[in-house]
This record gives sequence, C-alpha cells and structure tokens, in this order.
Amino acid sequence: MKLLEPFRSGTAVFGETVAVCFVCLALIGCGPTATTPSSTPSGTAPDLGASELTEIEGAVAIDGSSTVAPISEAAAEAFGKTFKNVRVTVAISGTGGGFGRFTNGEIDISDASRPIKDSEFKACQAKGVSFVELPIAYDGLSIVINKDNDFVDQLTIDELKKIFLREGGAKSWKEVNPAWPDVAIKIYAPGTDSGTFDYFFGDVVAKDSDNEHPRDDMSVSEDDNVLVTGIAGEKGAIGFFGASYYFANVDKIKAVKIVDPKTGEAVGPTPETIESGQYAPFSRPLFIYVNTDSMKRPEVKAFLKFYLKEAGKLAEMVDYVALPPSIYEVVQTHYEERITGTHYLTEALEKRTGPLAELYTTESVVDIE
Amino acid sequence: MSQNSEVTNAKSPHRSLHGRHRLDRWFVRFCQATAMVSVIMLAIMLTAVFYQGLPGFSWRFVSSAPSATPSEAGIRPALFGSMWVCGVCALFALPIGVSTAIFLEEFKPRRRVMRWFHSFIQLNISNLAGVPSVVYGIIGLTAFAGMFGIMGQTNEAAFEVGATYFDQFVSEGDRILLVPADAAGAPEPILKSGLVALTSSGESVQVNVIGAKSRLPKQADVRAVTLREDAEAGRISKKTWYYFRLPLGRGVLTGGLTLMLVVLPIVIIASQESLRAVPNSLREGSLGMGATQWQTVQNVTLPSAIPGIMTGAILAMSRAIGEAAPVLIICGIVYIGSNPSNLMDDFSVMPLQIFNWAARPQAEFHSVAAQGIIVLLSLLLSFNAVAVLIRNRTQKTLS
Repeated sequence: MKLLEPFRSGTAVFGETVAVCFVCLALIGCGPTATTPSSTPSGTAPDLGASELTEIEGAVAIDGSSTVAPISEAAAEAFGKTFKNVRVTVAISGTGGGFGRFTNGEIDISDASRPIKDSEFKACQAKGVSFVELPIAYDGLSIVINKDNDFVDQLTIDELKKIFLREGGAKSWKEVNPAWPDVAIKIYAPGTDSGTFDYFFGDVVAKDSDNEHPRDDMSVSEDDNVLVTGIAGEKGAIGFFGASYYFANVDKIKAVKIVDPKTGEAVGPTPETIESGQYAPFSRPLFIYVNTDSMKRPEVKAFLKFYLKEAGKLAEMVDYVALPPSIYEVVQTHYEERITGTHYLTEALEKRTGPLAELYTTESVVDIE
Repeated sequence: MSQNSEVTNAKSPHRSLHGRHRLDRWFVRFCQATAMVSVIMLAIMLTAVFYQGLPGFSWRFVSSAPSATPSEAGIRPALFGSMWVCGVCALFALPIGVSTAIFLEEFKPRRRVMRWFHSFIQLNISNLAGVPSVVYGIIGLTAFAGMFGIMGQTNEAAFEVGATYFDQFVSEGDRILLVPADAAGAPEPILKSGLVALTSSGESVQVNVIGAKSRLPKQADVRAVTLREDAEAGRISKKTWYYFRLPLGRGVLTGGLTLMLVVLPIVIIASQESLRAVPNSLREGSLGMGATQWQTVQNVTLPSAIPGIMTGAILAMSRAIGEAAPVLIICGIVYIGSNPSNLMDDFSVMPLQIFNWAARPQAEFHSVAAQGIIVLLSLLLSFNAVAVLIRNRTQKTLS
C-alpha cells in the first residue's frame, strides 16, 4: 500500500478507483510488487566463494529504432530473469530520435536500423560522446507481391527503378516488361522517415539522390501490417518491408527474387540466403550503438556481455536473421577492446556502403575521439 | 377533428393527419436506426477484440511483464504505469479544470480589461480542444521534462530530494562493493586501501586496493574486498518513494501533467456546460438570502452541477487512459519489467504496449494486443463505474 501514500490526499474519485483496482488485483493475487532489495538471508554467513555478479543493481536505458526494439526487448527480458536488480528499459523514438537522445548522453544504448549519419557523428563529436558500433543481426528487405501475381518471379534493380522512381514511373506491369500483362501497379511503402524506406531508396534504388526520386503516388503506412493487408488484397500490388513481416505472412504474400547486380543471380529472401550474404543488395544489418562511458558501469557491462553472446538466438526468436559467426567474433572484439567509431563513414565523413563483412573490420574504423 | 384535417388539407403540403403521423413514425425510426449504427459499430469492434483476445486470456497476462514470447507476454508494468499516470492526471486536471470553469461561468468580471482577459481565456480553451494530442506531447517534453532548459539537461537533476548515490564496484572476488557518493555528478572516488564501502548485505568493509598488474591475494575473504587500482565503477542511485527532482525528467509526473494538458479543455468545457445548466432562480434565491457569491457557488451552484462535471471527468479520464501519442513523445518505453515506484520513475502505458504489439509481424502478438485492449477496457469501465456511482449519489432533483 506504499504506492498509495502520495495520493492519500487525492480526490475521492481517484482514491476510490485505486482502492477498487487494488482490491481486484489483490483478489487475483498480483498486488504491486516492490523491487526486492537484495540481501543474504539473515543468520547465514555470506559464502565468500560464490559470485555476486547477478546481484548487481542499476539501470540500462535503450532507445531508438522500432525495428531493432524487438531484439533489445528479448535481450532485456532474458537478462532480467537472471539479473533481477537491473532495470532495462527499451523505448521506440525511432533511429533518428534515439541518436538525438544518445548524443545528449540521456541513454546508454541506441538501437539503429541504419548506420550513423555524418550529422549525427559530428553531433556526438561536439558533445564529447564516444561510442562503439555493434551490428547484432540482419534484416532482409523483402520485395513482395500478391499471391495471384503469376507473371513476376524475379526483378532486376533497373526494373525496380522503373517501378519505384518518379523518373521511371511505370503505371502498369507491361511498361516494366513487355512480356507482362497490362495490370496496374499499386505500390505500398513504409513510412518515409523509417530506416527501411531510407535503406531501400538511399542505399539501393535511388542512390543518386539528385536525379532519382521516390514516386509520390505510393500508399504509405507506418504500420507494416497494413502494407501486408494491402498487398494481399490487390493483384497488381508490390511493396517492401522487413523480412520478419514476410516470414510471418508467407501464406498471404510472396517475395520476389532479386537479381544481384554483382553476380547476376536471382535470389529470394530466406534466412539462409540473408545470413550468407547471397541475398544482396537488400540484406541490411541492424545495429546497437553503445556509449563508451556507460560501458564502464558493471550493469551495462553485464547486459552487453549477455546481449552479444545471445544476439544470434535472440534475433532468430523475433524473426530476424543472425549474423555469420565470423562477424560476431569481430563484434566481440570491438566490445572487449572498446574500439570506438564508425565503419560506415570515410575520414571525410562521406557515406560508405557495401557488405557488412567487408566494411566491419577492426582496421577500417573512423574514430570518434 | 375532421374539420381540422380539412383545414390542413387545404393549406399544408401534407395531405392528411394520417400522412403526417406516418412521416413522424418514419422519422423516429430513422433516428433509431442512426443511433443503432454507432452501437452496432461498437458491438462489432468488441466482438472482434474478444474473439481475438479471450481464448488466450488469463490472469497471468495481467500479472506478468512484457515478453518476446507471445504466450508469456503480460501487461502488469503498463497497467500500473497507466494507473499512476492517470491518477496524477486526475489529481491535477479535475481541480484546475473545475476551478477554471467556475471562474469563467460564475465570476464574470465587470471591468473592461478583465472582460477582455476573460474572453481571451475562453477563446483559447475552445481552440485548445482541437489541438492534436501529439502536440501536447511535445509541449510536455519541453515544459515539464526539460523545464525549457533553464535548469540544464533533462537527464541531470538540478535539484532533488530522496535519492542516495553509490559507486558500484565489482571486486576481484566477484562481490559487490558500494562506495557512497555525495551527488549524482560527484567525481569518482580515488581508490586507495582503507576506503570504506558497503557490501550488498549492508555491512561496512575496508577496501583493499592492489596494482593493476599485482597478483591477487589467495584468501577468499580478502579477495572479496579487493579492487585493482584501475577498477571501473558505475554510479547507481537508490530512490525513496517520495523521490522528487527538477527538471522533472521523463517520468510518471511528466506523463500525468502532459495528459492533464490533453484533457483540460474537455473538463473545462463540460464543467462550464453543467454550471450553465443550473437555473438562475437557484442562484438568485441564494443571493437573496444574503449569501456571498462564493457561498452561492459552494453550497448551491456547484452541488447541483456535480453530475454534469462528473460526466466531463469520465470523458476526460477515458481520453487520458487511451492516449498513446503524447506518451510516445514523453518516454516511448515499450519494454519495462517493473511497476513505477516513485513519481519520477520510468513507466509505460497500456495504449503504447498495445500499439507495439499490434505493429509486430507475428499473428500471436496481435491476439496479445487484443488481450491488452480487454484489460484497458476493463480498467476504463471500473474508472467510469466509480464516477457514475458518485454522480448518482450526488444527483438531487432541482425543485
């Protein structure tokens, strides 16, 4: 009943309501649970040989991309089962919002569905916030079409440009490929400020942002489940979103094979092809950025140790794809040696793109300090 | 009667009394049908929610924390978060809202400047009712969480009561050593032997400091209090239930005050309407008996307006408990394992949890979202039931 004390003087409405609620909750056997202070049972001398690591206290604040949040949530939950006195919170302000708070030193870990931008990097430098960049999983961007669409099996990047760019502007499938029927194209895309949208256009389809622009007649929704429903209901529909939404709805929609411009092979998004890097160029890594000062705290150390050890498993648990073991080893090295900085910008702070395995090495880092 | 109908036959477009009655009946049926539409919509939505949510519903869902496994996910922290935040909101919004309504309705000024001020407030309140709630979230973040930046950063307290700080070390024997610190921003302690620290069981011990490359002592009891001179610490805080800080930060109090902004216009407008509905004869009677204006409000006007004010409060609290957007801006937390324990604590609310579950790809999470909606509706109904009880107790016939 400690909870009630601040409200003793409250209005009758609230007092009664809370009382009613408490009675209900007490009846079902789940009253308010205060955090239990850790103490060894009295009367027994503490065993000096045993480890007390799981008793550490503190808080770990995580904020950022809602795409990465499920993995961090899974980590926080599993970690909390062993480390009962550490409070891990996961918020979803979006990648940009998360970096904003990260730069102010408000949070310990920033979830990001894209690498840090030069502007964010500069802001960190200005505020004296140093970080370690840790990729934790893959998300394969799936290009999906309606189940009844029997004519499209694979698409090249050029065909995607014809469909998704204002400059190509194909109104029907026939305009993309003369062999296809004259069915109207209806495009479903995620929110324009999402990392998914950024990656699809910025990194692959509209790299040349001066001459290539996303179409403005797309149906845009922040909720990927809405996109799934839209594509499932229209024969000429096409759209893109994270692979987890495709894996969860294989019965309703189908994924198009994408021709890798480097190898000329058409590959579809499956956990195997995404992990091996065959599904290119649409496999994107998901990151966590950790504040180096926070890394000194025992609770953050313990959480990260757990997170990185289990990252692959946690990612698969929430329908993402684990990174290859070789990359996890490099990630581990970065964490242990606290190699600060980013791999996705050049010394002149220009964007670097490429497969994770090529970019993410201990040598190719642009230090923040 | 027949004469009457003949007269109307000549003059009105509706040929007969019978025809007019028929029109009347049709109109009543039309009104009933339109009223039914909203009820049917609600019924469809409730059926869908219960159909999706009930099969997996159990008390375990109400009593456990969120989880990455749909079958283990629960809503407890968000349920308590919602109760705390809406409690704070009611505590501030109702008194402020009702007082404002009394000022606007019962104390109409006579001086010109004050009249202008009066209508200025009235105009603002009418406009505020139409502002999207996400805007209030941004205002709340600036005004309450950050206090416009006049006290420095949002996450660093300029003033606080009820918190004690420690530097947490993990000794070479894997034991926890807490070295008391003066304040959140105090410098880290200089490690030298003899420094006093608390163990996790609360007893004071003297720390034994060795060099970064020295050999570890053999005895377990010495090892337990041994730190290397380059040991890293983390600043942790222990907070009492009355912990308070400025700027308010992104905690329960900020959430509640922000929701107060969202619902104030609703409370004020509803209270004004019900004060306006009190017959003037009552006021005049009271004033005629020699009561002052304030006595009149206190003993006559306000008691007879209470039922209407309660209705406004119900509407306001229903809105507050279902708001996700402002809370997403204030803290946006979708995973938290424990209930709030003080007014500055991190929290999550039910609409945010539901939003998060509904946006997940897995269908199992969509039924978890439906379960969340069931809990939200139950809490809402219990809120409203209490308000309805109060309304019925206070309802007096005005005669």
